[in-house]
Amino acid sequence: MQVSGTVLTVREVGGYHALTLVAPAIAERFRPGQFVAVAVGGEHTGRLLRRCFAVYEVKSDYGGTVEFVFADRDPGTAWLTGRRSRDTLDVVGPLGRPFRLPRDPVSCLLVGGGPGGAALFSLADALHRRGCQVHFVLGGPDAAHVFGARSAQRIGDSATVVTTDGSVGSRGEVAGVLPQALADSRADVVYACGPTETLRQVSQVSSDYGIPVQVCLEEFLQANGACGTGLCLTCVLPVIGDDGVTRMLRACADGPVLRGERVRWSDLGTIPLEALGAPRALHVMEDS
Amino acid sequence: MSASLITRLGPVELPNPVLTASGCGGTGRDLAQFADLSRLGGFITPSVLPQPRAGRPTPRMAETPGGMVSAMGLPGPGIDTFLRRDLPFLAEQGARTIVSVGGNSVADYAEVARRLRDETAVCAVEVNVACPNAEDRGLVFASRPSAAADVVRAVRTHIRPGVPVFAKLSPDVSDLVTIALACADAGADGLSLINTVLGMAIDTTTLRPALSGVSGGLSGPAIRPIAVRSVYQVHAALPQLPIIGMGGIATGLDALEFILAGASAVAVGTTLFHDPSAAARIVRELEEALTARGIGRLADAVGLAHRPYGFVPPQVHALSTTEPNHEPKTEERAQ
Ligand SMILES: Cc1cc2nc3c(=O)[nH]c(=O)nc-3n(C[C@H](O)[C@H](O)[C@H](O)COP(=O)(O)O)c2cc1C
Repeated sequence: MQVSGTVLTVREVGGYHALTLVAPAIAERFRPGQFVAVAVGGEHTGRLLRRCFAVYEVKSDYGGTVEFVFADRDPGTAWLTGRRSRDTLDVVGPLGRPFRLPRDPVSCLLVGGGPGGAALFSLADALHRRGCQVHFVLGGPDAAHVFGARSAQRIGDSATVVTTDGSVGSRGEVAGVLPQALADSRADVVYACGPTETLRQVSQVSSDYGIPVQVCLEEFLQANGACGTGLCLTCVLPVIGDDGVTRMLRACADGPVLRGERVRWSDLGTIPLEALGAPRALHVMEDS
Repeated sequence: MSASLITRLGPVELPNPVLTASGCGGTGRDLAQFADLSRLGGFITPSVLPQPRAGRPTPRMAETPGGMVSAMGLPGPGIDTFLRRDLPFLAEQGARTIVSVGGNSVADYAEVARRLRDETAVCAVEVNVACPNAEDRGLVFASRPSAAADVVRAVRTHIRPGVPVFAKLSPDVSDLVTIALACADAGADGLSLINTVLGMAIDTTTLRPALSGVSGGLSGPAIRPIAVRSVYQVHAALPQLPIIGMGGIATGLDALEFILAGASAVAVGTTLFHDPSAAARIVRELEEALTARGIGRLADAVGLAHRPYGFVPPQVHALSTTEPNHEPKTEERAQ
């Protein structure tokens, strides 16, 4: 759906920003893990690429609202931080494939890094509704850049917070506390959203423990995607399919949620030689 | 009365002149969620090559003022999967499909064209001559008149008569008209202008080129004046050849600019990334723009900018009189 949404609020949440807009058509269709692609800069802007954000929460107020959390990292997001209530935004969503939910009431570990933690809260609600246990691990560089630590402590069956500088929770990195968190929570599945490097580590550790892991590639999409809608093919990454074949999949339309153990993390930013359609070893000429 | 948007690309009639540009509407599946493909003037596919191709590694694009630079490396499923999966989908949707043909050798183009010959769902063919020629140090075919002509001839030979073949040219040449003439002599029924313009961006954080391919193609409104100039120049030299104009079209007035320069149809590319439903809006805006100018038929506006100043088409004249009722009866019938 492409809609013109009316901004309700833009607020600072620690070192991040949260923007809520009225967009019933998106709120109604949203499932956890999906994202919105927002046009920035206004009608006559020279910035043409949509900015993609995982949805934090949808609510039924005003017919249906959508909230997303973002880091101000470029002039496009800076423009978003300057929106005021009643401004309108051109938003496309909900986009991408959502997190798949377990059929049984199992134990789930939700791992968030930086603003990516926001994508886990609607998932936590959905899991709770299915009778699942929800354990959180949230991390970030410092107290201002861990999203949702307090909410996680409130709604989670457990919550571990970790920061690089130790300003909140324990000092360290998400990957470091993960083995303990997996053991303590007796997790059957892992869900993660955050920096691509964190997702790589979470996928690695979870696979080592033989636990299935789903990752939401929001940051990769933000860094590589131009449209969010599956048209442009700029946000591709190598992923191993059910048939064992590596294909270049789109983080937007084939993701943003992918099975972590299927992503070829160490080959991001490359075309692995055995990927479908990879240049042949001795094929010297590549196109420009 | 609103203007008629019907246009012709050689033997093919289109209900309106707004197409989607090659590589910018994906396979059509994702675009179909935002646009009724049967209501587009036509859908131009990404360039199809003989084999599946993964394309370049990321980063493949960078945002630049009024556009983007991208180096994709012609990713695509190859002709087999295209014919089995993508073309039937487009046909089901009722899209008038123009298949873009690519390759790294004349034989590649010929192979894809041969496979397309018996496909009745192909309404026209566009030859992307801005592909690197593996047999010529990776120089694009579009940069030499003889290489461009070889490719066009190879495709034209295999495609059924009655299915027009358009040569899509790159503006990065010293004399576009020479290349256009060579393509016309080789049998091109029309021309698509323009492919992306060579550009580059450097990431000031990593201090390195922003794209894995180092340089890339600039697209979007930033290149529109280059594209309009290209269409104008080529239409002046080859007024009988239909042109599909493209490069930064975002509104109906942008489309009108290309039509006035000599394009019979236009294609919307990068704008679809920003606004996936843009094509329908552009059709509406173009119709309004023609109507507001008293131009009853799109065909009357094609190349109008080439007419000497002071020439006023009859409909425009009718509009500029203060009394709209004075519009002559004959004009009404003509519409
Ligand atoms: C991401 C991307 C992919 C493209 N893929 C193709 C392609 O496969 N074949 C082709 O002939 N042109 C391709 N083009 C060029 C466009 O069709 C068009 O000629 C060019 O972008 C100028 O139009 P625009 O400014 O409206 O985008 C591509 C452009 C972009 C931005």
